[in-house]
Amino acid sequence: MKPAPALPDAAPPERDLRALWRRAVSVGRRIFFSIPDYDAYVAHLRAHHPERAVPSYEQFFSERQAARYKGGGGRCC
Amino acid sequence: MTTVTAGNSPGPVSKLTWAAVAVVGAICLGVVALRRGEPVNAIWLLAAALSVFAIGYRFYSKLIADKVLMLDATRATPAVLRNDGLDYVPTEKWIVYGHHFAAIAGAGPLVGPVLAAQMGYLPGTLWILFGVVFAGAVQDFMILGLSLRRDGRSLGHMLRAELGPAAGVVCMIGVLVLMMIVLAVLALVVVKALAISPWGTFTVAATIPIAIFMGLYLRFLRPGRVLEVSIIGLVLLLFSIWFGGKVAADPTWGPMFTFNAAQLAWLVIGYGFFASVLPVWLLLAPRDYLSTFLKIGTIALLAIAIVFTMPQLQMPAVTKFIDGTGPVFAGNLFPFLFITIACGAVSGWHSIIASGTTPKLLANEREARMVGYGGMLTEAFVAIMALIAACALHPGVYFAMNSPGAIIGTDVQAAATAISQWGFVVTPDQLTQVAKDIGESTILSRAGGAPTLAVGMAQLLHQILPGEGMLAFWYHYAILFEALFILTTVDAGTRVGRFMIQELVGLAVPSLQKTESWAANIIGSAICVAIWGYFLYSGAVDPLGGINTLWPLFGIANQMLAAIALILCAVVVVKLKREKYFWVPAVPACWLVICTLAAGWQKLFDAKIGFPAAASKYANGIAQGKLIAPAKTMDEMQRIVTNNNVDAALTGLFMLLVVAAVAFGVAAMMKARRKPAPSANEEPYVALASVATS
Repeated sequence: MKPAPALPDAAPPERDLRALWRRAVSVGRRIFFSIPDYDAYVAHLRAHHPERAVPSYEQFFSERQAARYKGGGGRCC
Repeated sequence: MTTVTAGNSPGPVSKLTWAAVAVVGAICLGVVALRRGEPVNAIWLLAAALSVFAIGYRFYSKLIADKVLMLDATRATPAVLRNDGLDYVPTEKWIVYGHHFAAIAGAGPLVGPVLAAQMGYLPGTLWILFGVVFAGAVQDFMILGLSLRRDGRSLGHMLRAELGPAAGVVCMIGVLVLMMIVLAVLALVVVKALAISPWGTFTVAATIPIAIFMGLYLRFLRPGRVLEVSIIGLVLLLFSIWFGGKVAADPTWGPMFTFNAAQLAWLVIGYGFFASVLPVWLLLAPRDYLSTFLKIGTIALLAIAIVFTMPQLQMPAVTKFIDGTGPVFAGNLFPFLFITIACGAVSGWHSIIASGTTPKLLANEREARMVGYGGMLTEAFVAIMALIAACALHPGVYFAMNSPGAIIGTDVQAAATAISQWGFVVTPDQLTQVAKDIGESTILSRAGGAPTLAVGMAQLLHQILPGEGMLAFWYHYAILFEALFILTTVDAGTRVGRFMIQELVGLAVPSLQKTESWAANIIGSAICVAIWGYFLYSGAVDPLGGINTLWPLFGIANQMLAAIALILCAVVVVKLKREKYFWVPAVPACWLVICTLAAGWQKLFDAKIGFPAAASKYANGIAQGKLIAPAKTMDEMQRIVTNNNVDAALTGLFMLLVVAAVAFGVAAMMKARRKPAPSANEEPYVALASVATS
């Protein structure tokens, strides 16, 4: 998944569907896998740290997965 | 129940609605509590639970939000202030709620209520309903609230800051010991469920290659496609449940997957060690993904099964075992019921989660109410459903599954006779038939909650989706869920324990502190596995079944941590000069201190259920050269003596930790009272509006 291109003003319906799907996937990742929202991270980087390189989703994922389980992962009994 | 919106001045319609909810709740609770002689339908219990939760959420959590924590919608949260897109991310409240619930819900709320069902459905129900409203949800919510005002810091940090460094050390030791007991007792649940069960053992073993496949797929084939690979894994897992039945029935393969409890304990110990030194992406993470899906699936299936079948509760409201003579766990209703049901009513573990990731995600302070208080109410609802599934079973079947062989014997004839004498009439044929229906050779003495819940769930689901062999499928689905979840906890817990041990031992041997060093990791893991492995193995070979002994230790430790967390909340309330609401955290804290100390005291000094009493009884037997049942050899006698001495020492340690935490708490409160101004270590106020727009 590459960084989202800027959407044109009048998005065709299929674009809407795709955005909806993308959002659903992101929500699922956040709830079930504790993987933060990639698009939000990219937006954050662009807005606040324009000098930093934007990681690909794959890099972002493996960094977040490793970070989540760094101390073993927070889990209840 | 969590969709209720808080209005500041309730209108007449709202007042009427809440009055109606209160009346409905009172009626349902009355039916549940007072009807005797005829079976009560589970729907009464569900409705009573929902009404109590709704009222608790609407009124009590609002009081905590407005008056005790004084949550401020205009105040910037850590997620907003430190937004880095990674750890601190302002997130929609429903997503935080889902994330928080997925992190707190585990095997605990499913096991405790099943064990407590030996006293009947009423004691467990009342403790879950009122325990969660006044203790469990208060703890989760308040700790989350405190952490929100402290940059999302952890429980240990907050204890150090508010009660002093010594209290921080007490907490650290408490958490480490609790962790070891949790790992041992949960691993024992798995061992008890899989002993002499080739079907169960095969499906659980199959999760290892499936998870490793997922890990490799996610790493090399299609990196980051986590939903996709989880669905593939899930399909493989369901296939392995079906295939497990074939393997178990096979004359050559079946015996290869048949192990007794001691062998399984060694396998789990070996697994725990190897899994915890592998890279996380290979086994831990993918198995966790699978278990999350199975967990949500199991809870959903349980809810569907109960709502659609509306089972009658066959267990009486109160059994004679409230007098402390029960076969599942020993001890009177007070304090042992409150120790046995920990998760579901109040769980100290949650204070670690509520001061972990969750406070770093909330976009607004006010949302802590739904996430913290509401999340815990949802967990209590899961506990109520587990209780229903256990109590909907034939009590004879329930006691056959949960009583140790030393009490009911090891064949169906003896078991049926013993249990029928308790007043729960059951025939040997009924016990054999249940075992046959679920595809197992025996159901006797499968303590630990998971198998009982699995049979209860399987019987309910079977009524909705009947079919040849479906009962066995559902049973093994439920067993797989519990086992998979627990193995993830064992793996993750061993890693956490390893870091803690490396940190502690590293004070003496600095080279062990390097968590990236392979040798240091292997030594740390080995020490950690040896500690919980000791308790697991001694539980697995314990002639009394192990759960009997270990679960109370776990309960005492978990409630001890909850007491420490609530003492922290009480100290902060005093420090903030909100003494008027001191009772909100202080009453549940006192209750938990009383329960843990009373349970600890009885486990140390009671002549019937005390650890030292049992140790000296068997030591005398050894001195006189006389075998005492259930031990069959002198070696077993010696083992019982050693185990009881170790358990007694641990109980003493827990009691010391509780007393120390109370002393630190009281000292901090006295000091704060003498100060004229509020003295809690909150981060300064920053207006949300000033950050959000920048």
